[in-house]
Amino acid sequence: MRNPLSNVVTEMKPSGIRKFFDIVSEMKDAISLGVGEPDFDTPWRIREEGIYSLERGKTFYTSNAGLFELKEEICKYLSRKYNIHYNHKNEVLVTVGGSEAIDAALRAMVNPGEEVIIPEPCYVSYLPCVQLAYGVPVTIELQEKNQFRLTPEELLNAITDKTKVLVLPFPNNPTGAIMERSDLEKIAKICVEKDIFVISDEIYSELSYNGRHVSIAEMPGMKERTIVINGFSKAFAMTGWRLGYAVGPELIIAQMTKIHQFAIMCAPTTSQYAAVEALRNCDEDVRQMVEAYNQRRRYLVNAFKEMNIECFEPFGAFYIFPNIKKFGLSSEEFATELLMREKVAVVPGTAFGDCGEGFLRISYAYSLENLKEALGRFKNFIEYLETKKND
Amino acid sequence: MRKELLSIIEKNSRIELKELAILLGSTEVEVANTLADLEKENIICGYHTLINWDNTSDEKVTALIEVKVTPQRGLGFDKIAERIYKFNEVNAVYLMSGGFDFMVMIEEKTMKEVSQFVSEKLAPIEAIRGTATHFVLKKYKDHGSVLMGEKKDERMSITP
Repeated sequence: MRNPLSNVVTEMKPSGIRKFFDIVSEMKDAISLGVGEPDFDTPWRIREEGIYSLERGKTFYTSNAGLFELKEEICKYLSRKYNIHYNHKNEVLVTVGGSEAIDAALRAMVNPGEEVIIPEPCYVSYLPCVQLAYGVPVTIELQEKNQFRLTPEELLNAITDKTKVLVLPFPNNPTGAIMERSDLEKIAKICVEKDIFVISDEIYSELSYNGRHVSIAEMPGMKERTIVINGFSKAFAMTGWRLGYAVGPELIIAQMTKIHQFAIMCAPTTSQYAAVEALRNCDEDVRQMVEAYNQRRRYLVNAFKEMNIECFEPFGAFYIFPNIKKFGLSSEEFATELLMREKVAVVPGTAFGDCGEGFLRISYAYSLENLKEALGRFKNFIEYLETKKND
Repeated sequence: MRKELLSIIEKNSRIELKELAILLGSTEVEVANTLADLEKENIICGYHTLINWDNTSDEKVTALIEVKVTPQRGLGFDKIAERIYKFNEVNAVYLMSGGFDFMVMIEEKTMKEVSQFVSEKLAPIEAIRGTATHFVLKKYKDHGSVLMGEKKDERMSITP
C-alpha cells in the first residue's frame, strides 16, 4: 500500500500543549492555571438570544460571509471601539472562531515558498497553518527585556526578499504583552516601506489594561495591507460558540470567503444570532469582566513579586509569563514537578515556541479564591526548590 | 477608584485592606482613606452579610407589603415613611412609582407575627389608605448572588 498521508501534515509537529494535557487530565484534584479561555459564563442575554433564535426556527445556513446584521454590527463595533472602519458588504468575513480566520488568511495570501514572519512566543496555530499553506515560517524570538514587544530591529533582521506576511499577535497569548501606538507606528512604517502584509490577531483586544487597544490597521497606509482577526471567544466569554471574524481589504477578504465557502460553508447560525446581541448590548458585561481580570492580574503580579520571581508586568490578555530560569530547571521539568508535588497545572513556556524556555504561562481566567489556593501551593513548591538548592 | 472599590466590597465586605489595595493597584493608606470618606459621606451605610435563612433551622418569613397613603399637609411622603421605618420589624422601605406608594419589607419569625404587625401597627397609621401583603415563598437570587448550588468548572484543564 502507498503511504496514504500528506507529507506536509505528517511533518507538522503536534501541539506541545497536548502532551501536558494528557498528564494533567489523569491527575485527580489538580488545580489548573492552564486554561486559555474565560471562566465567566457567556452573559445570559447572549445565551438567551441564541435560544430565542432556535425557537424562531433560525436553523438554516446563513450567507457564506455571515449574517447581514452581524457583519453590520461588527463594523459598527470596530469603528466605535478601535477607530477602524470597514464596509460590512465586502470587507468582513464571519468565521468559525478566530482560528479559521488565521488559516483562511494565510491560505489566501501565501504562495508556496513565500515567508511568513511569526514573533514567538505565540499562539500555537500560526506556524502549522503557514506550513499547510506551503509557506515558510520565519520566527522571531521576542525578548523579555523588551517586554515581549516586537521591535523594528527584530523585524528588519527577519525580512528577506521572500517575506510576504507578518503575523502580529497582540495582546499576546502566552506573554500578555501588548503593542502600544508608538510601537505600532514603527512596525507599520517598515511594513509599508518593505511592502509586507500583516495578519493582526487581535482576539484579546478587549482585555487591555493600559488604555484602549490600538490596531495596526489604524496606522497610515496599513488598512489596505492588513487583515484584522477578532472574535467573540475572549471578549464575550463565548469560546464554545466558535465564532470569529476577519476584516480587511475586499481584495483579500473575497479570496478568504472563497476558501470559507468551500471548506466551511458558513459559521454556526445560532452563534451568529447570539453574537448580534453581544455587540449591541453587552458593553457593560464586558466592562465588568475586564475589571475582574484586571484585579486578578494585579493580584498575581504582586504575588510573584513577593515570591521574588521575576515577571514583567503584562498589560493584555489573561496570562502572566514569569521567568523561572533562576531555579535551574527547564520549563517542562518545572511544570511537571510542580504538578507532581503540589498538583498545580501551568503550561511550560516552550509550548509556545522554543524561546519560551525558562518561562511559564499562568492563566488568571480563574476566580480569586482559586488563584489564592493555587498560589499557596506554588509558594510551597518554591520553598521546596530553594531548600533543595541549599542542601 | 471609588466605583471599583465599591463594586468589590459590595460583593465581599470582609476583604482585607491589604488585598483590596493590591486588587485596585493602590496603597493601603489610600484605600483606608477612601473607605473612611465613603462612610462619612453616607455612601457606605453598613457592612452586611448575605444569609440564606432557608438553609438554617430557624424559621423566617419575609413579606413585601404594598402601602398606599394619602399625604397630608405638612406630612409629605418622607414623614410617613419615617413613621414606618422606625419600627424595628421593618427591613426596608422604598418610595415607589406606579400603583402604590411604599414598598415595605419586613422579616418575622411567623406569618402570624407579620399579619399582626400589618393589622396592628401599619394599617392604623392615619395616612395609610390600604395595604397588600405578599409573602416570599422562596428566594432564588438576592443582592446579585444566586442562592442555590455551586457551579463546577467544566473547562478542559489545559487549553492553548
